[in-house]
Amino acid sequence: MEFSKVSGQNNEHKVVLYALNTCAWCKMTKKYLKDNNVEYEFIDVDLCTPKEKEKIREHIMSKGGSPVYPTVIVDNKILITGFRKDKLEETLGI
Amino acid sequence: MTTLEEVRQRAEADARTYGYHLNPDPEFLQNLLEGLKQNEERYSYPSCPCRLASGKIELDRDIICPCDYRDPDVEDFGMCYCGLYTSSDIYEGKTKVRPVPERRPIEKQVRAYEPAKATQKKEAKTKIEVKTKEEEASEVKKKLWYCRQCGYVVFRDDSPYICPICKAKKEMFAEIKVRIEFSG
Repeated sequence: MEFSKVSGQNNEHKVVLYALNTCAWCKMTKKYLKDNNVEYEFIDVDLCTPKEKEKIREHIMSKGGSPVYPTVIVDNKILITGFRKDKLEETLGI
Repeated sequence: MTTLEEVRQRAEADARTYGYHLNPDPEFLQNLLEGLKQNEERYSYPSCPCRLASGKIELDRDIICPCDYRDPDVEDFGMCYCGLYTSSDIYEGKTKVRPVPERRPIEKQVRAYEPAKATQKKEAKTKIEVKTKEEEASEVKKKLWYCRQCGYVVFRDDSPYICPICKAKKEMFAEIKVRIEFSG
Protein backbone atom coordinates (compact mmCIF):
# COMPACT_ATOMS: atom_id res chain seq x y z
CA MET A 1 0.00 0.00 0.00
CA GLU A 2 1.63 3.21 -1.12
CA PHE A 3 1.00 6.45 0.74
CA SER A 4 2.01 9.79 -0.77
CA LYS A 5 3.85 12.14 1.53
CA VAL A 6 3.34 15.89 1.62
CA SER A 7 6.09 17.72 3.50
CA GLY A 8 5.40 20.60 5.86
CA GLN A 9 6.96 22.53 8.73
CA ASN A 10 4.15 21.56 11.10
CA ASN A 11 5.35 18.00 11.64
CA GLU A 12 4.83 17.37 15.37
CA HIS A 13 2.05 14.90 14.67
CA LYS A 14 1.77 11.90 12.41
CA VAL A 15 -1.15 12.77 10.17
CA VAL A 16 -2.62 10.15 7.85
CA LEU A 17 -5.43 11.03 5.47
CA TYR A 18 -7.65 8.42 3.83
CA ALA A 19 -9.29 10.07 0.83
CA LEU A 20 -11.07 9.46 -2.46
CA ASN A 21 -9.60 10.76 -5.68
CA THR A 22 -13.03 12.08 -6.76
CA CYS A 23 -14.14 13.61 -3.46
CA ALA A 24 -14.38 17.40 -3.19
CA TRP A 25 -14.24 17.33 0.65
CA CYS A 26 -11.07 15.22 0.46
CA LYS A 27 -9.54 17.78 -1.91
CA MET A 28 -10.44 20.53 0.56
CA THR A 29 -8.81 18.57 3.39
CA LYS A 30 -5.62 18.11 1.36
CA LYS A 31 -5.57 21.81 0.50
CA TYR A 32 -6.26 22.85 4.09
CA LEU A 33 -3.41 20.70 5.46
CA LYS A 34 -1.02 21.94 2.78
CA ASP A 35 -2.00 25.61 3.25
CA ASN A 36 -1.30 25.23 6.96
CA ASN A 37 2.07 23.60 6.38
CA VAL A 38 1.01 20.34 7.98
CA GLU A 39 3.13 17.35 7.06
CA TYR A 40 0.88 14.43 6.16
CA GLU A 41 0.56 11.20 4.28
CA PHE A 42 -2.44 10.32 2.18
CA ILE A 43 -3.86 7.53 0.11
CA ASP A 44 -6.73 7.67 -2.40
CA VAL A 45 -8.71 4.60 -1.38
CA ASP A 46 -10.69 4.35 -4.63
CA LEU A 47 -7.42 3.82 -6.51
CA CYS A 48 -6.31 0.96 -4.24
CA THR A 49 -6.58 -2.76 -4.92
CA PRO A 50 -9.56 -4.64 -3.38
CA LYS A 51 -7.21 -6.16 -0.78
CA GLU A 52 -5.85 -2.75 0.21
CA LYS A 53 -9.35 -1.28 0.41
CA GLU A 54 -10.37 -4.03 2.80
CA LYS A 55 -7.28 -3.44 4.97
CA ILE A 56 -8.07 0.28 5.11
CA ARG A 57 -11.69 -0.40 6.04
CA GLU A 58 -10.60 -2.73 8.84
CA HIS A 59 -8.06 -0.18 10.09
CA ILE A 60 -10.53 2.73 10.17
CA MET A 61 -13.21 0.63 11.85
CA SER A 62 -10.70 -0.70 14.41
CA LYS A 63 -10.14 2.93 15.44
CA GLY A 64 -13.86 3.35 16.02
CA GLY A 65 -14.61 5.13 12.75
CA SER A 66 -16.82 4.42 9.76
CA PRO A 67 -15.38 3.81 6.30
CA VAL A 68 -16.24 7.30 5.05
CA TYR A 69 -13.91 9.81 3.40
CA PRO A 70 -12.06 11.94 4.19
CA THR A 71 -10.89 10.29 7.40
CA VAL A 72 -7.87 11.73 9.17
CA ILE A 73 -6.01 9.72 11.80
CA VAL A 74 -3.66 11.73 14.00
CA ASP A 75 -0.86 9.97 15.89
CA ASN A 76 -2.57 6.66 15.21
CA LYS A 77 -5.24 7.37 17.82
CA ILE A 78 -7.36 10.46 17.09
CA LEU A 79 -9.83 9.93 14.29
CA ILE A 80 -11.49 12.82 12.46
CA THR A 81 -14.32 11.95 10.11
CA GLY A 82 -15.14 14.34 7.27
CA PHE A 83 -13.63 17.74 6.57
CA ARG A 84 -13.77 19.20 10.08
CA LYS A 85 -11.69 22.36 10.14
CA ASP A 86 -12.55 22.92 13.82
CA LYS A 87 -11.32 19.47 14.86
CA LEU A 88 -8.19 19.68 12.72
CA GLU A 89 -7.37 23.08 14.21
CA GLU A 90 -7.85 21.80 17.73
CA THR A 91 -5.96 18.52 17.25
CA LEU A 92 -3.07 19.90 15.21
CA GLY A 93 -2.80 23.24 16.99
CA ILE A 94 -3.30 25.23 13.78
CA MET B 1 -18.14 9.77 -23.45
CA THR B 2 -20.06 12.22 -21.27
CA THR B 3 -18.55 15.69 -21.23
CA LEU B 4 -18.15 17.84 -18.13
CA GLU B 5 -20.67 20.26 -19.61
CA GLU B 6 -23.22 17.47 -19.96
CA VAL B 7 -22.66 16.45 -16.32
CA ARG B 8 -23.20 20.08 -15.29
CA GLN B 9 -26.33 20.50 -17.41
CA ARG B 10 -27.81 17.27 -16.03
CA ALA B 11 -27.21 18.41 -12.46
CA GLU B 12 -28.58 21.89 -13.16
CA ALA B 13 -31.74 20.46 -14.72
CA ASP B 14 -32.27 18.16 -11.74
CA ALA B 15 -31.69 21.01 -9.27
CA ARG B 16 -34.29 23.13 -11.11
CA THR B 17 -36.82 20.29 -11.09
CA TYR B 18 -36.59 19.82 -7.33
CA GLY B 19 -36.13 23.45 -6.32
CA TYR B 20 -32.48 23.09 -5.31
CA HIS B 21 -29.32 24.93 -6.34
CA LEU B 22 -25.88 23.65 -7.24
CA ASN B 23 -23.08 24.45 -4.79
CA PRO B 24 -22.29 28.19 -5.03
CA ASP B 25 -18.51 27.70 -4.65
CA PRO B 26 -17.26 27.45 -8.27
CA GLU B 27 -14.07 25.51 -7.44
CA PHE B 28 -15.85 23.08 -5.13
CA LEU B 29 -18.58 22.56 -7.74
CA GLN B 30 -16.03 21.97 -10.46
CA ASN B 31 -14.35 19.28 -8.31
CA LEU B 32 -17.69 17.56 -7.71
CA LEU B 33 -18.63 17.57 -11.40
CA GLU B 34 -15.22 16.22 -12.37
CA GLY B 35 -15.61 13.49 -9.73
CA LEU B 36 -19.01 12.54 -11.12
CA LYS B 37 -17.61 12.44 -14.64
CA GLN B 38 -14.69 10.26 -13.51
CA ASN B 39 -17.06 7.83 -11.78
CA GLU B 40 -19.29 7.67 -14.84
CA GLU B 41 -16.24 6.84 -16.95
CA ARG B 42 -14.93 4.10 -14.68
CA TYR B 43 -18.20 2.54 -13.46
CA SER B 44 -20.57 3.50 -16.33
CA TYR B 45 -22.81 5.35 -13.87
CA PRO B 46 -22.30 8.61 -11.95
CA SER B 47 -22.01 7.36 -8.37
CA CYS B 48 -21.51 9.91 -5.60
CA PRO B 49 -17.97 11.33 -5.87
CA CYS B 50 -17.64 11.43 -2.07
CA ARG B 51 -18.52 7.78 -1.42
CA LEU B 52 -16.56 4.65 -2.23
CA ALA B 53 -18.48 2.69 -4.87
CA SER B 54 -18.21 -1.04 -5.41
CA GLY B 55 -18.35 -0.68 -9.19
CA LYS B 56 -21.37 -3.00 -9.27
CA ILE B 57 -24.58 -1.19 -10.10
CA GLU B 58 -26.76 -3.49 -7.98
CA LEU B 59 -24.74 -2.56 -4.90
CA ASP B 60 -24.34 1.13 -5.73
CA ARG B 61 -27.86 1.97 -6.91
CA ASP B 62 -28.64 4.05 -3.80
CA ILE B 63 -25.56 6.26 -4.29
CA ILE B 64 -26.01 7.05 -7.98
CA CYS B 65 -26.37 10.83 -8.17
CA PRO B 66 -28.87 12.16 -7.23
CA CYS B 67 -28.60 9.63 -4.42
CA ASP B 68 -31.41 8.22 -2.28
CA TYR B 69 -30.26 10.38 0.61
CA ARG B 70 -30.19 13.77 -1.13
CA ASP B 71 -33.68 14.98 -0.28
CA PRO B 72 -33.59 14.22 3.47
CA ASP B 73 -30.05 15.65 3.68
CA VAL B 74 -31.04 18.91 1.98
CA GLU B 75 -34.09 19.04 4.23
CA ASP B 76 -32.08 18.53 7.45
CA PHE B 77 -28.71 20.13 6.63
CA GLY B 78 -29.36 22.41 3.66
CA MET B 79 -27.24 20.33 1.34
CA CYS B 80 -26.61 16.78 0.26
CA TYR B 81 -23.75 14.63 1.58
CA CYS B 82 -21.26 15.59 -1.14
CA GLY B 83 -22.45 19.20 -1.29
CA LEU B 84 -23.57 19.21 -4.93
CA TYR B 85 -27.20 20.14 -4.21
CA THR B 86 -28.04 22.89 -1.76
CA SER B 87 -31.11 24.65 -0.43
CA SER B 88 -31.82 28.29 -1.29
CA ASP B 89 -30.70 29.38 2.20
CA ILE B 90 -27.27 27.79 1.84
CA TYR B 91 -26.98 29.04 -1.76
CA GLU B 92 -27.75 32.61 -0.71
CA GLY B 93 -25.46 32.40 2.32
CA LYS B 94 -28.30 32.85 4.82
CA THR B 95 -27.48 29.56 6.54
CA LYS B 96 -24.05 28.39 7.59
CA VAL B 97 -22.70 25.18 6.04
CA ARG B 98 -22.72 22.32 8.55
CA PRO B 99 -21.09 18.91 8.17
CA VAL B 100 -23.54 16.40 6.72
CA PRO B 101 -23.23 13.04 8.49
CA GLU B 102 -23.37 9.86 6.43
CA ARG B 103 -26.97 8.64 6.34
CA ARG B 104 -26.27 5.59 4.21
CA PRO B 105 -26.57 2.48 6.41
CA ILE B 106 -23.23 0.90 7.34
CA GLU B 107 -24.28 -2.47 5.87
CA LYS B 108 -24.55 -0.74 2.48
CA GLN B 109 -21.27 1.16 2.94
CA VAL B 110 -19.31 -2.05 3.50
CA ARG B 111 -20.64 -3.53 0.27
CA ALA B 112 -17.90 -1.63 -1.55
CA TYR B 113 -15.41 -3.88 0.21
CA GLU B 114 -17.13 -7.22 -0.18
CA PRO B 115 -15.54 -8.07 -3.52
CA ALA B 116 -12.19 -7.77 -1.69
CA LYS B 117 -13.25 -10.46 0.77
CA ALA B 118 -14.23 -12.69 -2.13
CA THR B 119 -10.83 -12.06 -3.75
CA GLN B 120 -8.96 -13.07 -0.57
CA LYS B 121 -10.83 -16.35 -0.25
CA LYS B 122 -10.27 -17.60 -3.77
CA GLU B 123 -6.64 -16.70 -4.31
CA ALA B 124 -5.52 -20.27 -5.04
CA LYS B 125 -8.50 -21.11 -7.20
CA THR B 126 -8.95 -21.11 -10.95
CA LYS B 127 -10.04 -18.15 -13.02
CA ILE B 128 -13.43 -19.68 -13.75
CA GLU B 129 -14.07 -20.21 -10.03
CA VAL B 130 -12.98 -16.65 -9.29
CA LYS B 131 -15.50 -15.24 -11.74
CA THR B 132 -18.28 -17.32 -10.26
CA LYS B 133 -17.50 -16.19 -6.71
CA GLU B 134 -17.34 -12.55 -7.71
CA GLU B 135 -20.66 -12.89 -9.42
CA GLU B 136 -22.06 -14.49 -6.28
CA ALA B 137 -20.72 -11.63 -4.16
CA SER B 138 -22.50 -9.08 -6.30
CA GLU B 139 -25.77 -10.97 -6.45
CA VAL B 140 -28.59 -9.08 -4.83
CA LYS B 141 -32.11 -10.41 -4.68
CA LYS B 142 -34.36 -7.81 -6.24
CA LYS B 143 -37.99 -7.30 -5.30
CA LEU B 144 -40.86 -5.12 -6.41
CA TRP B 145 -41.72 -2.30 -4.01
CA TYR B 146 -44.55 0.21 -4.14
CA CYS B 147 -45.11 3.48 -2.37
CA ARG B 148 -48.34 3.22 -0.39
CA GLN B 149 -48.73 7.00 -0.63
CA CYS B 150 -48.46 7.65 -4.39
CA GLY B 151 -48.21 4.22 -6.00
CA TYR B 152 -44.66 4.59 -7.37
CA VAL B 153 -43.25 1.14 -8.18
CA VAL B 154 -39.58 0.22 -8.15
CA PHE B 155 -37.66 -3.03 -8.75
CA ARG B 156 -34.55 -3.23 -6.54
CA ASP B 157 -33.06 -5.07 -3.58
CA ASP B 158 -34.28 -2.67 -0.91
CA SER B 159 -37.02 -0.04 -0.81
CA PRO B 160 -35.80 3.53 -1.54
CA TYR B 161 -34.79 5.70 1.41
CA ILE B 162 -37.36 8.20 0.26
CA CYS B 163 -39.96 8.12 -2.53
CA PRO B 164 -38.56 10.12 -5.47
CA ILE B 165 -42.11 11.10 -6.51
CA CYS B 166 -44.01 12.07 -3.35
CA LYS B 167 -41.11 12.13 -0.82
CA ALA B 168 -42.77 9.57 1.45
CA LYS B 169 -40.37 7.89 3.86
CA LYS B 170 -38.94 4.39 3.44
CA GLU B 171 -41.54 3.02 5.88
CA MET B 172 -44.29 3.87 3.39
CA PHE B 173 -42.98 1.29 0.93
CA ALA B 174 -44.38 -2.21 0.85
CA GLU B 175 -43.22 -5.22 -1.08
CA ILE B 176 -45.35 -6.46 -3.95
CA LYS B 177 -45.45 -10.21 -3.77
CA VAL B 178 -46.12 -11.77 -7.13
CA ARG B 179 -47.95 -15.08 -7.09
CA ILE B 180 -48.52 -17.04 -10.24
CA GLU B 181 -51.32 -19.53 -10.13
CA PHE B 182 -51.93 -22.21 -12.69
CA SER B 183 -55.40 -23.50 -13.16
CA GLY B 184 -57.19 -25.95 -15.39
